[in-house]
Amino acid sequence: MLTACGLGFSYRTGTPVLRDVSIELSPGSFTAILGVNGCGKSTLLSCLMGLRKPDAGQVLLDGVPMGEVKRRARAQKVALVAQHSHANRLTVYDSVLVGRHPLMQGAPTEADHVVVRETLERLGLSAYSLRYADELSGGEYQKMVLARAFVQQAKTLLLDEPTNNLDPANQQEVMREVRREVDERGIAACAVMHDINLAIRYCDCFLFLKDGKVDAAGGRECVTSERIKRIYGMDADIIEHGGRPVVIPR
Amino acid sequence: MEEDKITTASLPGEGKAPRDAYAGYIRRKRLVLVVLFVAVVGIAVFSMTMGSLQIAPLDVVRAVFGQGDVRTVAAVQNIRLPRVLTAIVAGVALALAGCAYQSVLRNPLASASTLGISQGAAFGASLAIIVFAGGAGASAAYEGISTADPVTTALFAFAGAMLSTVVILLLSRVREMTPESIVLLGVALSALFTAGTTIVQYFAEDSQVAAVVFWTFGDLGRVSRSQLAVMVLVTAVSAVFFFANRWAMNAIESGEGLAHSLGISVNGVRLANMLVASAAASTVIAFCGIVNFVGLVAPHVMRRVLGADYRFLLPASALAGAGMLLVSDILCHIVVAPLILPISAVTSFVGAPIFIYLLFRGVSR
Repeated sequence: MLTACGLGFSYRTGTPVLRDVSIELSPGSFTAILGVNGCGKSTLLSCLMGLRKPDAGQVLLDGVPMGEVKRRARAQKVALVAQHSHANRLTVYDSVLVGRHPLMQGAPTEADHVVVRETLERLGLSAYSLRYADELSGGEYQKMVLARAFVQQAKTLLLDEPTNNLDPANQQEVMREVRREVDERGIAACAVMHDINLAIRYCDCFLFLKDGKVDAAGGRECVTSERIKRIYGMDADIIEHGGRPVVIPR
Repeated sequence: MEEDKITTASLPGEGKAPRDAYAGYIRRKRLVLVVLFVAVVGIAVFSMTMGSLQIAPLDVVRAVFGQGDVRTVAAVQNIRLPRVLTAIVAGVALALAGCAYQSVLRNPLASASTLGISQGAAFGASLAIIVFAGGAGASAAYEGISTADPVTTALFAFAGAMLSTVVILLLSRVREMTPESIVLLGVALSALFTAGTTIVQYFAEDSQVAAVVFWTFGDLGRVSRSQLAVMVLVTAVSAVFFFANRWAMNAIESGEGLAHSLGISVNGVRLANMLVASAAASTVIAFCGIVNFVGLVAPHVMRRVLGADYRFLLPASALAGAGMLLVSDILCHIVVAPLILPISAVTSFVGAPIFIYLLFRGVSR
């Protein structure tokens, strides 16, 4: 399990980006990190991933401080869907196979190939498996990135704005697949997001960040008109639709 | 034969079961490697048939194994085979180094020339020829640098070439640098070394300057058997190292964030690969002189043909580099025979049009 307590972080300018942030990613939960641009969401995710060392507080992976966990062991437990990844001249199959790197001993085994084939099939990518990644559409590419993280078979999945630049149908599909991974494999997922309604539909935990501090953390009850006004400076109504709240900006 | 074309990798496997499709795809990549290997062997044999003594291809093959008449065996084993082996090993080393640079620096322009390694070698050779081997012996330098102590020249060239890499690596350790900054640093060091070479040459005798110029022309024929053995050893070790890093390179190809998340120490892989690539390129340049464009073009061509999967890109680039240097060496000997053109100029004449063609194809794509 991935937990962080009292995280603080500043870039070189000295302005604190994170202040006393704590979060716990439990198995079987899907957490959305919400807040305006520049409030520290992606920085928090990179601290959780171990890519940045926090100035204060600590990140624990299964109770062990992240700094003491070996890279390979960390990669076997935590997977990342980065906000920016490069489309390249690797085929979809090989791009996804790269995700098995932390589990490989040298060359990929048949077991690695089985996992890759099953994941491609599940995400509807089998037909594209021999296309180069830089020939895919945005939606196909994001599904490939997701497949690469899934084949890592980590118990925690971190996603940095996974639905960026996707059309509504692809946004739903990406979130649906993450939710399915959470439900079927019992992993903990955590996504930095901007679309509150998408978050409400697929996530069960919410963490609102404001100026680098946790404004609220909890279930759907956290999502209120007052909070949206405070966080985003935007008036919005929240109505019930299909058994869940829907945020409608005024 | 349409199915054998793997450059349009989107279509060959579609419609088949994914497992069979991927297996077929891998088979086609291996076939390309086999074709390249056969082509390199063919060019090598053809190269050894040429010269003042024309030898039939079959006789060349027999002579390589010590069969046939004494004159043919002597010509092949003492003169032509060492030169051809030098071209192959140098081509492999430079292409592998270029492939590694382009991968870890994520920059298609990264090569021994753009990182200041060739210029560092030229500066080192200039020092050796002009400053440390100057005086009485230097007057005979027109005949080649062999009179100006080739071992000292090679050592200084190697030191100059590695100096550029060491400076880059040290500075990148002091302050974490992006791949773009590293390439720019290489460009700055290139300028510094070129300026240093110019200053050293300015104070030299005409004959010494000529010796330096001859050194920079490059010459595959000047490499001795012991130097060739060193080149083979360094190239083999670097090839094993690069191939062991093929999956890390594949991950870095998809972005540094991804590589980090897959447990790869991106900076560690970058520094180690740069060091090994520079050692391979520096060894070749120290013994053969400047050989342009092979390290830049060979990986580019193979990337177009095979994609960016380093499992195949590394061996394919190595074979393409060997083939390119062999062809350049043949052209050196036949274009204005019996004169032999400088290899550094001919590799540029062969490589630059290919590079420009690829750029234009890339633009229209």
